[in-house]
Amino acid sequence: MAEPETTETNEGGEIRRRDFINIAAVSFAGVGAGVVALPLLSQMSPSADVLALASVEVDVSSIEVGQAIKTTWRKQPVFIRNLTSAEIAESKAVNIGELRDPATFEDRTLPGKENWLIMLGVCTHLGCIPLGAAQGEIKGEFDGYFCPCHGSHYDAAGRIRKGPAPTNLEVPEFSFVSDTVVKIG
Amino acid sequence: MSFPWAKQYTPENDFMKWMDSRLPLPRMVYNAVGAGYPVPRNLNYFWNFGALAGLALVIQILTGVILAMHYAANVGVAFDSVEHIMRNVNSGWLLRYAHMNGASFFFIVVYIHIFRGLFYSSYKAPREMVWLLGLVIFLLMMATAFMGYVLPWGQMSFWGAKVITGLFSAIPLVGPALQEWLLGGFSPDNATLNRFFSLHFVLPFVIAGVIILHIWALHIPGSSNPTGIEIKGEQDTIPFHPYYTAKDGFGLGIFLIFFCILTFFMPNFLGHPDNYIPANELSTPAHIVPEWYFWPFYAILRAFTFDFLFIPAKLLGVIAMFGSILLLFFLPWLDKSPVRSGHYRPVFRKFFWFGLIPCIILLGYLGGAPAEEPYVMLSQLASAYYFAHFLIILPLISMFEKPIPLPNSITESVTGKPLESAA
Repeated sequence: MAEPETTETNEGGEIRRRDFINIAAVSFAGVGAGVVALPLLSQMSPSADVLALASVEVDVSSIEVGQAIKTTWRKQPVFIRNLTSAEIAESKAVNIGELRDPATFEDRTLPGKENWLIMLGVCTHLGCIPLGAAQGEIKGEFDGYFCPCHGSHYDAAGRIRKGPAPTNLEVPEFSFVSDTVVKIG
Repeated sequence: MSFPWAKQYTPENDFMKWMDSRLPLPRMVYNAVGAGYPVPRNLNYFWNFGALAGLALVIQILTGVILAMHYAANVGVAFDSVEHIMRNVNSGWLLRYAHMNGASFFFIVVYIHIFRGLFYSSYKAPREMVWLLGLVIFLLMMATAFMGYVLPWGQMSFWGAKVITGLFSAIPLVGPALQEWLLGGFSPDNATLNRFFSLHFVLPFVIAGVIILHIWALHIPGSSNPTGIEIKGEQDTIPFHPYYTAKDGFGLGIFLIFFCILTFFMPNFLGHPDNYIPANELSTPAHIVPEWYFWPFYAILRAFTFDFLFIPAKLLGVIAMFGSILLLFFLPWLDKSPVRSGHYRPVFRKFFWFGLIPCIILLGYLGGAPAEEPYVMLSQLASAYYFAHFLIILPLISMFEKPIPLPNSITESVTGKPLESAA
């Protein structure tokens, strides 16, 4: 009777020690379960060897003006195109305001190297490879790229112009390590 | 079972008595699919398809476990290991073709089972939980079938995996990261193939578990029937065994005839020839289509070619595709008509046969067609009808429809005599 607040009965509506222990124990177990779940979920993320392929270097010296090559980066196709001056002029002339995903030609190329258009050959709709990089492929209504899966049209700078794709073809991070070698990623 | 006239299990010999007091498994089977389960006497052949779906799962698990003994889940050898099964493994061709076509037959019987439920409104109280669990099974089946289709690592496998995981990239903010997490990389690769194999192996057993819940939930109110009226007395029922075990057995024979025709004589009829080309991450097939059983949903996905308000077309398509299945979870509360069976609902019946069924067949056709006009516009119209049917037409019908008078009892509907006097 000397310390009524420590007994199991609770007449004053106060928190009992037993309640505290229950809540604390269950909370602790819950945190533990959450921590255990982390590795069970994170194992699904790209592993170290997959991430190790995160950058590639490509020699572009043999690509003539107006030509393009397909290479791979992170196991995804990459289009590297040496643009003609006509394509550059045409891309610059587009009114940015009427684009679904507004981007200037300069946003998509490097200053001083603006004849090099480097982007992922992955349609931003559901991931098919657009046509138009290789000679003889359909280039779509905007003289660039056309995705045959669901009919997205991209212009010469890889910007979405028509169809279901929400954004422009992705331009990866890239830089020229020398005049002829480009590092992607 | 709650019917007081249900036959009681009585162990026949000392061993069964010993067993019954320790592990009453025979008693459980007797009460679930034996003489201890009273079933309406008037079930028609549409009630066969639940049992057939269970059998299809058994075929898939048996053939699948054996195929897994010969298959190698590695991008370097997966395609070749499937060809190895086809050419070298004894009876391998049979097991693989049975597994391939077994998946299609599983969906055929499940679709008929679902449409049975839709026509006879089997989803209504007190069987909502049966319906909801059935939808969970359907979703698990779709996930399992999709991952199984990726395993041969052909062109359609690879690009199907890319496009379907691409659906998740439409989710705002977390989408691209979620897609990378699902794939274990930036594009489908070895990590993807391995995890799909693991999940493809385990999910059928999860399905089996949910099927047990599905049957458990069914056996609390008992089976519905073509009149949609409840059981009122013992004369309305017959024991499941031997009556419906025999009827299901007959249906099983018919099922197996069709299954064998496809497996033996036209095994690739339902497949796509491009999946016999090894996966090539640098070349998209000209015409990507999923397996036929996904076509209606694929048509809904592709119907959204326009942005709406601030939602981009891609996300709209994904929401609509998942929504087309999720809305079925609300069906028990959308259709408020107290009458279950379509036989007694003149307006509902017309919209079912001349609205919903043609709409879904059309969507199925459009999902397999190329993404061009007029298919895109037709997909938009058919998708609009699909949603309108469940969200607008069905609730309205249940408000205004005047049902045809119901018989007084199942027995009366069968014999023409009232329940009491019928023998």
